[in-house]
Amino acid sequence: MISPDQVESMIKAGIPDAEVAVQDLTGGGDHYQVAIVSSAFEGLSLVKRHQLVYEAVNSAMSSEAIHALSLETNTPSEMAAK
Amino acid sequence: MSPETKAKIDSLIEQNKIMVFMKGTKLMPQCGFSNNVVQILNMLGAPYETLDVLADPEIRQGIKEYSNWPTIPQVYVNGEFLGGSDILIKMYEDGDLQETVEVALAS
Repeated sequence: MISPDQVESMIKAGIPDAEVAVQDLTGGGDHYQVAIVSSAFEGLSLVKRHQLVYEAVNSAMSSEAIHALSLETNTPSEMAAK
Repeated sequence: MSPETKAKIDSLIEQNKIMVFMKGTKLMPQCGFSNNVVQILNMLGAPYETLDVLADPEIRQGIKEYSNWPTIPQVYVNGEFLGGSDILIKMYEDGDLQETVEVALAS
C-alpha cells in the first residue's frame, strides 16, 4: 500500500518533466490508474513508455505495495491534438 | 531466472504465434486485467495459447524478468513482447491490434 502522492513523486523522480494525475481505483492504495504527460515519451513505443514508468516505480511494484498500475502515457503534442 | 525457466519461455513464445501469460485460464481468468486480454483476443477471433502463471511460480517470476515488465498479463506475438492489458486495449481501440494479429497469423 502506498499513497497517491508517493506514486506521483516516484514518477516525477524518474521522469522530471512529467505531469502526473494519479487515481486510486479501489481506495485501497494498491490499485492505481495514472495518466502521465511527458516529452520523454517522444518517439517511444507504448512498451518503452510503460517500461520507463515501471522503472520509476520499480521498488513499489516489486515489493507489491502496488498490485495493479494502469497507465496512460502521452506526449505534450499528443495531448494538444486531443 | 533459471536456464530451464528461460528455455521454457523461449519455446512457448516461439511455438505459439500469440502467447499469453496470464492469471487463470481462458475460460476462468483470475484477474480483471487478464480477463481484458482474453476478451479482446476472443473478439478478434484469433487463435492463441495461454499459460496460467498462478500454476507455475517459476514462470510467474521469470516472465517479469524476461520481458522487463513487472505485471501480468503479458502478450507475445510472433516472439515479440507486445504489452500488457493497457496496451492491448489501446491497440484494439486504435485498430492497430487487428492489423498486428493478421500480419502475425499470415506470416
